Amino acid sequence: MPQYKFRVNGGPVTVDSWDPDQPLLYILRNTLVLRGAKFGCGLGQCGACTVLVDGKAVRSCITPIKQVAGRAVTTLEVLGTPEKPDALQAAFIAEQAAQCGYCTNGMLMSASAVLAQTPHPTLDQVKQGLAGNLCRCGTHTRILSAVMRVAKV
Amino acid sequence: MDTITSLSRRGILKMAAGALIVPFAFGQAGGDASKPLDPSEVDSFLVIHADGSVTIYTSKVDVGTGLATAFRQTAAEELGIPIERFNLIEGDTALTPDHGGTGGSSGIPRGAADIRRAAATARQALLDLGARQLNRPASELTISGGDVIHASGQRATVASLIGGKRLGRKVNPNAPLKDPATYTVVGKPILRSDVPGKCTARHPWLQDFTLPGMLHGRVVRPPALGAKLLSVDEASIRSIPDVRVIRVESFLGVVAKDEWAVVRAAREIKATWSDWRGLPGSDGLDHYVRQAPVDRDQTITNRGDVNSALSSAAKQLSATYFWPYQSHASLGPSCAVADVKDSGTTIWSATQNPYGLRANLAKVFGMSHDKVRVVYMDGSGSYGTNGADDAAADALLLSRAAGQPVRVQWMRQDEHGWDPKGPAQLHELRGALDASGNISAWETQLWVPDGPQGNRALLGPESAAMAQTHGQGAGLMTLNLDPPYPVPNLRVVSHHLKDTPLRLSNLRAPGKIANVFAVESFADELAAAAGMDAVAFRLRGLTDPRAIEVLKRATGMLDWQTRLSPNPHAAEGDLLVGRGIAYARYKQAENYVAIGITVAVHKPTGKIAVRRIVCAHDCGLVVNPDGLRNQVEGNIVQTLSRTLHEEVTFDQAHVTSVNWASYPILTFPEAPAVQVALIDRPDQPSYGAGEASSAPVAAALANAIFDATGVRLRTVPFTAERVKAAFANA
Repeated sequence: MPQYKFRVNGGPVTVDSWDPDQPLLYILRNTLVLRGAKFGCGLGQCGACTVLVDGKAVRSCITPIKQVAGRAVTTLEVLGTPEKPDALQAAFIAEQAAQCGYCTNGMLMSASAVLAQTPHPTLDQVKQGLAGNLCRCGTHTRILSAVMRVAKV
Repeated sequence: MDTITSLSRRGILKMAAGALIVPFAFGQAGGDASKPLDPSEVDSFLVIHADGSVTIYTSKVDVGTGLATAFRQTAAEELGIPIERFNLIEGDTALTPDHGGTGGSSGIPRGAADIRRAAATARQALLDLGARQLNRPASELTISGGDVIHASGQRATVASLIGGKRLGRKVNPNAPLKDPATYTVVGKPILRSDVPGKCTARHPWLQDFTLPGMLHGRVVRPPALGAKLLSVDEASIRSIPDVRVIRVESFLGVVAKDEWAVVRAAREIKATWSDWRGLPGSDGLDHYVRQAPVDRDQTITNRGDVNSALSSAAKQLSATYFWPYQSHASLGPSCAVADVKDSGTTIWSATQNPYGLRANLAKVFGMSHDKVRVVYMDGSGSYGTNGADDAAADALLLSRAAGQPVRVQWMRQDEHGWDPKGPAQLHELRGALDASGNISAWETQLWVPDGPQGNRALLGPESAAMAQTHGQGAGLMTLNLDPPYPVPNLRVVSHHLKDTPLRLSNLRAPGKIANVFAVESFADELAAAAGMDAVAFRLRGLTDPRAIEVLKRATGMLDWQTRLSPNPHAAEGDLLVGRGIAYARYKQAENYVAIGITVAVHKPTGKIAVRRIVCAHDCGLVVNPDGLRNQVEGNIVQTLSRTLHEEVTFDQAHVTSVNWASYPILTFPEAPAVQVALIDRPDQPSYGAGEASSAPVAAALANAIFDATGVRLRTVPFTAERVKAAFANA
């Protein structure tokens, strides 16, 4: 069975996949038991599965494992913990920027990619940066407030 | 299938530091099996442990609404025990009392009220126990900080009085309740305990739940709603390893240890289905709904003589409004894990009604209730009955056939295509004004698919040709059809259609959003015809001070200038700007809500940009102002999405809006600023707030667009194409 070597959250991993086109999402969730990224659409339309690959926000549901070989993947698990959240997570908690929270993984990963590239984005830049992330509960205003909290620091 | 070769599982788990999930199986209650479930017993709702912590048990479920936090506040307040000591177990038919499912904004008014009464009874029991231990009359004791206290300084911890033991009391509906004026926990913006876990990948999600030996399953839905499965070519998926095909009549599923294998197998398996083209198609659905066979007419209000008042009036107006079928469109497709064993069946589900699901599954699958356990876990927001219950039946069918636990998660096209839908609604309104511009006559007629009540048919069992009921209820569809203003001659009639093209269920604020859209748009049309400012016209008819207050608060926030619509100064370059207002008392008996919207319409393209939404909201006593605000904001933004974008489309065979491209929802660049004013009334009962502020959104937007453009939109969604067409016809 083909093997794929890459880095996840700073550590090296080697995984087998019978299908080189198996999306990264399933490898993360089922093989590596990293379930922060969620299955939302499998079409790259909603952003719930977002992870960082070499620092860029990608849709893991449409990223074949063969394209991940040799790269560095970052998932929500590594940002922070409930006891020690990172600044963005702390802002989401302070703003209570979640309802069901199924989209939250994608919001945090996409927003952290936005902030890494533009540390002090405007509200419009944040809105554009999250344009590919859908929230069904209508928590938009709180998510924007949370990201702007960090943007203003 | 996929193995980790260079990193130990332990290392990965440490890396994940994931949520600890204890897999309950059937018969292992995960707690004291002797705990009562009868909702008349205090011990069914509350258990005080030996360490002084307290567990609340409830059949109501949170689903991201903040309900669990509100319950903890309610119990902590009434018991005098710090909120940090409270845990909550929700929606487990082996552990929680059945005091109803979640829905219809009943979580606070009924759910919290039940918990409050149980806690108040427990409080009396603790005071009696404290009286005995401290040798003081109970009337001289209070409970604070988790201790029973006497003014002399004597105290006893609640744990020392009852910890680990049963109270053994019936819930006393007349147990004295704390005076709301003394509240210290209820009314505070306590942070939700689930949010940190949701932000750090530690929350125990249903979608992340696994069992030892669990298989993944997917169901292959037919290409047409009523198509029958004729044959399956299992060789077509031979290249995908270790997949088992399960077929029961026309129910077709695949299971495997590897999830990606079943995703591919379900996509690639070749099957032959019978031809079926039984749907009317969604093009021209308004005409279909207007002409479809009616099962029954329901006269909701009839006073005065509407016909003669209309014909003799100074001014007469009529208008038709249409609301399409809409989907719950949950962001995470529905999921369930089922473990069918000889000893019993356990289902893990994000259902809003665990006991209801258990009863339905037991009936359809021919199992006794005591052999079925439904365990709720948080899933993606559902906003009513989405596909969760159907996914549970799918998992049960597959687990039963496979003899192993099976996890089913629907694919995107399953959720959009097959969740039961919120029904289309068509409204015809007629109204008349007298010489002074008062409403002298009003008629609302509603046409709505709303068939027999009872459980809706579950998809899997339907395909598997199992006997079941075919309920077509979608919730209380006929409330808020009456105008909230005084009308001497009024007739309100609902025509309930015999059939529905698509399966129905309750979708957030069932019926009321479309009803208020029609009624409050029409009120605006009458105000314009009367030559009056839209707010002044409404205020003239309102007498309830709570109604007047929300309307005044909302218009104050919007800096409303009294004038006629359309806006005489609408033009801002290519944009036309305006403001609109709408008011409703939800279900004609609950929350008072007024919503104001400012909008800019791009004239060349017809694109609508909502700039600002304000809301004044009175739901009586506020339990958690931040949780309430979150719900109100969510109602508003979600309903804005439904109004601007959402319409389920279908051809003669199946739903064609099956993903986020064909069923778009509101995106971040469109997100408006939302400002909410909460009016807290501690002396008034709490109404639920999970729906009410949805109701006036569409009307406020239609009224704002009219103010901006002079064009009246009466069909949802308000797409740019529809706006342009309205411009062309104006």
